[in-house]
Amino acid sequence: MVKYISKRLLYMIVSLLLIITATFFLMRIAPGNPFTSEKKLPPEIEASLNEHYGLDKPWYVQYGDYLGRIVQWDFGPSFKYESRTVNDLINDGFPVSLALGLEAILFAVAVGIVLGVIAALRHNKWQDYTAMIVAVFGISVPSFIMATFLQYLFAIKLGLFPVARWETFSHTVLPALALGATPMAFIARLTRSSMLEVLSNDYIKTAKAKGLSRGAMIMKHTIRNALLPVVSYMGPLAAGIITGSFIIEKIFGIPGLGSHFVLSISNRDYTVIMGVTVFYSILLLVSILLVDIAYGLIDPRIKLAGGKKGE
Amino acid sequence: MQQISKEKFQIVGVKATDAERISKPSLSFWKDVSIRFRKNKLAMFGIVLLIILIFMAIFGPYMTKFDYSTNDLMNTNKPPSSTHWFGTDDLGRDMFARTWQGARISLFIGVAAAIVDFIIGVTWGGIAGFKGGRVDEIMMRIADILYGVPYLLLVILLMVVLGANLTTMIIAMTITGWINMSRIVRGEVLSLKNQEYVLAARTLGANVTRIMGRHLIPNAMGSILVTMTLTIPSAIFTEAFLSFLGLGLTPPLASWGTMASDGLASLQYYPWRLFFPAILIALTIFAFNVIGDGLRDALDPRLRNKG
Repeated sequence: MVKYISKRLLYMIVSLLLIITATFFLMRIAPGNPFTSEKKLPPEIEASLNEHYGLDKPWYVQYGDYLGRIVQWDFGPSFKYESRTVNDLINDGFPVSLALGLEAILFAVAVGIVLGVIAALRHNKWQDYTAMIVAVFGISVPSFIMATFLQYLFAIKLGLFPVARWETFSHTVLPALALGATPMAFIARLTRSSMLEVLSNDYIKTAKAKGLSRGAMIMKHTIRNALLPVVSYMGPLAAGIITGSFIIEKIFGIPGLGSHFVLSISNRDYTVIMGVTVFYSILLLVSILLVDIAYGLIDPRIKLAGGKKGE
Repeated sequence: MQQISKEKFQIVGVKATDAERISKPSLSFWKDVSIRFRKNKLAMFGIVLLIILIFMAIFGPYMTKFDYSTNDLMNTNKPPSSTHWFGTDDLGRDMFARTWQGARISLFIGVAAAIVDFIIGVTWGGIAGFKGGRVDEIMMRIADILYGVPYLLLVILLMVVLGANLTTMIIAMTITGWINMSRIVRGEVLSLKNQEYVLAARTLGANVTRIMGRHLIPNAMGSILVTMTLTIPSAIFTEAFLSFLGLGLTPPLASWGTMASDGLASLQYYPWRLFFPAILIALTIFAFNVIGDGLRDALDPRLRNKG
């Protein structure tokens, strides 16, 4: 277990180093220096600005400084908004994004599992077909189209929910639905297929034969085993929720980190793009690692020792 | 129970050869796949949908007398009518012509990304799987590390730096997109390379390129095809996603993503400007997804009902 985790941790750090290096050099070759979009600056001022931000040093010193700052959890300043730092944006926006993301995950997991279980128990009956049609649509309709459709129908036309902003619980319903729809569909399909597989096992027959009630059989023997693939989907789910939130937050005018990120992209605020990308990457890689470790803890059949390389 | 007399039975004769005869015509693997595929109603619906979409992408822009990039400031934001079938946008450009012009670009991006992924992924995965040992170890470690890099974040970063046009978009999408393909190809090649027919080909003096091209890749084609079919919708989605972030193609070029993104701003007043491209994005992704699923089921019937 320790060996497995340390190996995974090593990979994670290498991946992370790769993305930090990539962002650093990509931002260096990006057109223009950070101050070009403002009105033409006198050379002395530009020089002192460069000195202030350490841009007059050679690139390897800058790169080292950058790595050092990230280790200290400092993602650097914003070049467009003088007084703000990326850390401010994260402290400001991330709690909102996190709340939205958790609500969407809760919706996706709860509804997805219920749909999948129903579909599997009523295999090849109308409930199965209905659930799978819902799932196919959930996968085919991109989240931003779902979001605009929900917004148009339920907020603008029917007036059941607020159109935008982030204040009360009813403000959170539509964005969370839109963000969770695609993962919900994936989870429903995953649950259904693994339920079907589990249901065909001999120990289910044994459970039936010894006279276990249907409910007990499903709860004790089927669902617990069938949900393992769903746990392993949590990593990609986190990625989908994070990237999905960029657009959902923009559409619903939610002041989260996602909409700050989108704004920094349209402002070409390179240091913010860089800092937020690195922050998201750390977040994502850590959550995927945690999911994998949790998976190993839940499923005793998986040996995480990893002494031999698994094929 | 009623007695049945022996006279009621009649010997009709049986020939040993008849008993051994194969009643079903022999089918090649791909014929078998196509029969199974055609039984899948949803997948066939996807094929029909896709054919219509491709037909309209080719001929759609010529069906109306309006050009996709000509502004007509007297007729801006007109709702769908008999002259402008899908309405017009904020510069009076005909939405019908633009939608199908956009179809060309969106489909092109999807197919191009799938082909680039195919070329890099099959080469990388094929070499890693075939060489095995140290080479495989190193190549797959590189793939593992790249796989850890968050896909969409890298794509966004590249688009910010490189600027948006068709080439950079496809580069950004494929720079880590090929890894999935290479893993699948490697797995297939690993399991196929020790088969007798590969040994036979080697004995006859076939070189690596021939063994790969004639024996291993064609036999792995099933999983490769499924992966490609599922790459296309994800590339179309990524393009639309980038457009929403303001990193899409620049006018007068139109893709479904840029059109939907433009339409979003005026959703409350001119909903058709969002609805046509949005519905087409969803339909296309739907068509490719059900075709991919159907193909997977048809290639391996044992996998039916799995995911």
